[in-house]
Amino acid sequence: MKKNRINVSRREFLISSSQLGAGFTLGLYLPNAAFGKTVQQGAAEESATEVPEVNAWVVIEPDDTVIIRIARSEMGQGTLTGLAQMVAEELECDWSKVTTEYPTPGQNLARDRVWRSFSTGGSRGIRDSHSYVRKGGAVARYLLVEAAAEQWGVPMSECRAASSVITHVPSGRKTTYGKVAAAAAESIPPDEVTLKDPKDWKLIGKPVKRLDTDDKLNGKQVFGADLSLPGMLNAAIKACPVFGGKLKSFDAAKVSKLPGVRTVVAVEDNAVAVVAETWWQAKTALDALPISWDEGENATVSTASIEQMLDEGLTSSDRVFVGNENGDVKKSLPAAMKTVEATYRYPFQNHATMEPMNATARWTEQRCEVWCPTQNGAAALDAAAEAAGLPVEKCEVYKIHLGGGFGRRGSFHDFVKQAVAIAKQMPGIPVKLLWSREEDMAHGHYHPITKCKLVGGLDEKGNLSSLHVRISGQSILASVRPKSMKNGVDMAIFQGFRADGDHAISYSVPNLLVEHAMRNPPVPPGFWRGVNINQNAIYLECFVDELAHAAGRDPLEFRRALMSSHPKSLAVLNAVAEKAGWGKPAAGGVHRGLAVVKTFGSYVAACAEVSVDSNGKLKIHRIVAATDPGYAVNPQQIEAQVSGSFVYGLSALLYGECTIKGGAVEQTNFHDYPSMLIKEMPEVETIVMPSGGFWGGIGEPTIAVAAPAVLNAIFAATGKRIRQIPLKNIDLRSA
Amino acid sequence: MAKLKINGKIVDIDADDSTPLLWVLREQLGMTGTKYSCGIGICGACTVHINGEAVRSCVVPVSSLDSSQAITTIEGLSTDNSHPLQQAWKELDVPQCGYCQPGMIMTAAVLLNNKPNPTDEDIDAGVTNICRCGTFKRVRQGIHLAADISKRGRS
Ligand code: FES
Ligand code: FES
Repeated sequence: MKKNRINVSRREFLISSSQLGAGFTLGLYLPNAAFGKTVQQGAAEESATEVPEVNAWVVIEPDDTVIIRIARSEMGQGTLTGLAQMVAEELECDWSKVTTEYPTPGQNLARDRVWRSFSTGGSRGIRDSHSYVRKGGAVARYLLVEAAAEQWGVPMSECRAASSVITHVPSGRKTTYGKVAAAAAESIPPDEVTLKDPKDWKLIGKPVKRLDTDDKLNGKQVFGADLSLPGMLNAAIKACPVFGGKLKSFDAAKVSKLPGVRTVVAVEDNAVAVVAETWWQAKTALDALPISWDEGENATVSTASIEQMLDEGLTSSDRVFVGNENGDVKKSLPAAMKTVEATYRYPFQNHATMEPMNATARWTEQRCEVWCPTQNGAAALDAAAEAAGLPVEKCEVYKIHLGGGFGRRGSFHDFVKQAVAIAKQMPGIPVKLLWSREEDMAHGHYHPITKCKLVGGLDEKGNLSSLHVRISGQSILASVRPKSMKNGVDMAIFQGFRADGDHAISYSVPNLLVEHAMRNPPVPPGFWRGVNINQNAIYLECFVDELAHAAGRDPLEFRRALMSSHPKSLAVLNAVAEKAGWGKPAAGGVHRGLAVVKTFGSYVAACAEVSVDSNGKLKIHRIVAATDPGYAVNPQQIEAQVSGSFVYGLSALLYGECTIKGGAVEQTNFHDYPSMLIKEMPEVETIVMPSGGFWGGIGEPTIAVAAPAVLNAIFAATGKRIRQIPLKNIDLRSA
Repeated sequence: MAKLKINGKIVDIDADDSTPLLWVLREQLGMTGTKYSCGIGICGACTVHINGEAVRSCVVPVSSLDSSQAITTIEGLSTDNSHPLQQAWKELDVPQCGYCQPGMIMTAAVLLNNKPNPTDEDIDAGVTNICRCGTFKRVRQGIHLAADISKRGRS
C-alpha cells in the first residue's frame, strides 16, 4: 500500500557513530546559512546520500548497508549492539552490514516520540524497549518483503526473507533489501506484526561482537570532550565548592590579559567560567582567578554532623516510612530464642566517569544547540531549553558517545545548563565547557549516604523468625524526583527489600519490617550504578551471614532454608556455590563468602574467595557470579558487564568514600579517591543462566553482590565483621 | 616556536612553555585520541610514547621536549588497527566506553616491547591505568593474545 508522508532523510541524522569518526577533524557540524538546520561537513557529508528510511528504526542503503537507529545511549554497556541485535533479529538482515545511528531528541519530539524513551539508566535499555524495538525491525521486514512481492506481482506469503535477501520460493527469484528499500519506504506500515517465538531467534542470544569497537582502538572515537567545532572557544569552570553556596565576586582583570583568554563570566548564581582559545589556557587562567564565595548555611556541614543526623534516624519515630511488612516483628522479636543486632554504614561516593562532565553549546536568540555525552538525550534537551530561555522546538541536542555514565549523566544535566549559560553570553559562538577532574569530584551527584540497623530473631531451630531493618539516611528521589514519591515515601530506597517486583527480597521471613527514616543531608545524591541495592545488599547479605553464624549454621544452608518460595534466586545461589566448590576445602588460607539478590528484574549471586595475610593485606582471588536475566541477548557482553561491574563495585568497597568538611567534598582527584587497578582484579567466572520468559537488567545487578560476598569471605578469613566501607579505613588483621 | 617529532613528523608548536604535552596534542594538533581524565599523572588516560617509554603526557610540559625525542600517540600506533594489541582488543571486544583505552593500549604496547612474553605479574606491574568501566579481565587476556599474535607474526 502506498503512502504519502514526510520522511526523515539521512542528512538530517547528524550524529552517526561511524560518521563522527570520519569527519571529526574537519569540525563536523557547521550551521548552514539559514541556521535553522545543521549540516554535516567534510567526508561525512559526501557519504550521506538521500536514502529514505524504511521506517523510523531502519534505513537501508542501495548497497545493502543496514542502518539501525538507537534511541538509548551507548556508554560502554553494549546497549547499542544489543538493541541492534533485537531489531536485526526481526528484520532478518545481514548482520555483517549493520551500522547504527542516534536519532536526536528534537527529531523524536517532532515525530510524536516515535523512538519513545531516550533514558538510559536503571539497566533498562533492553528490558524496557524489547517489544517495540523488535516490532520496529519486524515492520521494516514486512515492508521490504511486501515491496518485493509487489514488484514481482506475487503474493507476499510466497516470499521469504533471510540475511537481507528476499526469495520468491516457488520461482526461486531473489532480490536484496537494498534494491527494494526505496519502494518499501513508500508503503504504509501494518499496525500489527507477529514477533518471532524466542525459540526461533538466531541473533538474540548470540555472543556477537560489539559494533562500536574499531574507533576505540585508534583514537578515532569522538567523545564529548574531544569535540571541535569551527570557531569554537573553550571554557573551564569553578562552582562554589560548598553545596548551596553562591558566587560573590571575582576579579576578571587579574586574568584577562593571560594568553588566549577571551572573557570571564558568571554562570548561574554559583559559578564562574573562563572562556579562552584553548581549554588549557582557560583552566590556567581560572586557577589564577581571585574568586570569593558566599558559602551559605552549609559551611559547617561535616561528615560528623551528617553522622549525627543518621544516628538519630536509626531509633527515631519521626519521618519513618515502611517499605515492606509482614507478620508482627514487634511481637515476635522479643519472643525469639536468640536475637542479633548490628549497625552498618555506606558512604557518599562519586561516579568518577573517566571522561569528566562536558557539553558544547551554541546559542542565538533563534536557536540553541548542544553536543554532549548524555544518558538521556530528551532530558538534556529539556535542560538546554530551560537554560536557553527558548522553546524546546528551537533547541536541539546531539548525543555523543559517553566516556562512562554510571548514572551521572542521566538525571543531571548541570553541565549542559552551565554550557548554555556561558554560550548565551557569547551569542553565535560555540563554546565547549569541560570540567576538570577536581570540579568533577567537587560537584558530583553522589551515591547516597545511609546507615542501617538490623535486628534478627532466631527460633529454637535456628531459623530466622523475625527481621527488623531500619535504614536511616538519604533519599535520592526526594532530591531528584520528588514528584515520583507517594505520600513522601521513597520506595526506591527499599531496593532489594521489597515484597515483590523487580527489586524483591530473596527470602521469606515470617515476621518482617523494613523501614526508612528519611534524613537528607545537604549533599546532592544521585543514581549511582546499582543505586540503592549497593548498600542494601551489604546490609542484608552481611547480616544474614551474621545470623547464620549466630545460629551455628552454614551460610549457604541457612539461606536455602529461607528461599523455598524463591526458586530463581535459589538457582543462581546454588549455581555459584557449586561452581566455587562451597563446602569443599579451598586452597590454603583462602576463604569464601556468598551473596544473592534480585534487582533490576534479574536474579544474581556471587561467591567470593579471599585471603587476608598476617599484616591484614587482603587479596580477592576469585569471584564466581551467576546471572539469570530471563533472556540473554548477548552473552559475551553480559560477561563483560558482570566482570566490569565488579571493578566498579570493588573499587567502591576498597576505596570509595567522599567525606565532607566545611560543606564541601574533601577528595579532589584519583590520588585521594582511588579506583582499583588490574593487579587487584580477581579472576571472575561468570555464569549466564537465562531461564526465559522475562527481561531482566544487566548493567547493574551484579555490582551489588561483589561487596557483601567479599565482606562475608573476609569474616570467614579473619573472624572480623566489617560493617562499614571502604576497606582502606579498616585494619583487617585477624580479630 | 618549538618543534616536536610526533608520529614520525616534525610539527611546529606555538604554546606556552608550561602547557602539558597532552593539551598540545589535543588542542594544537587536533589529536584527541590521547585523553584527559585526571591531569595529575595518576590514571594513564593520556599515555603516549616518548623514545619508546610510556609517559603520562598530562604532566610533561612541552618546554621539556624538542624534536630529538620521538613521540608516538595512539594515532601513530598503526595506520589500520593492525598492531597486535589492536587485533587482540578487537578479537576480544575489550573496550567498553573506550575512554581509557588509548592510554591502556599505549601502556600495554610498551610492556610488550620490553617483555614480549609478559607474565600476569608483569602485567600487574606494568599496567597501572584506571578503567572505571572495568575492562581489566579482557585487558589481561588481550595482552596475552597480542603476545601470541606477535609471535605468530615473527615465526
Ligand atoms: S590524564 Fe594524565 S594520567 Fe590521568
Ligand atoms: S573502557 Fe570505559 S573507562 Fe575503560
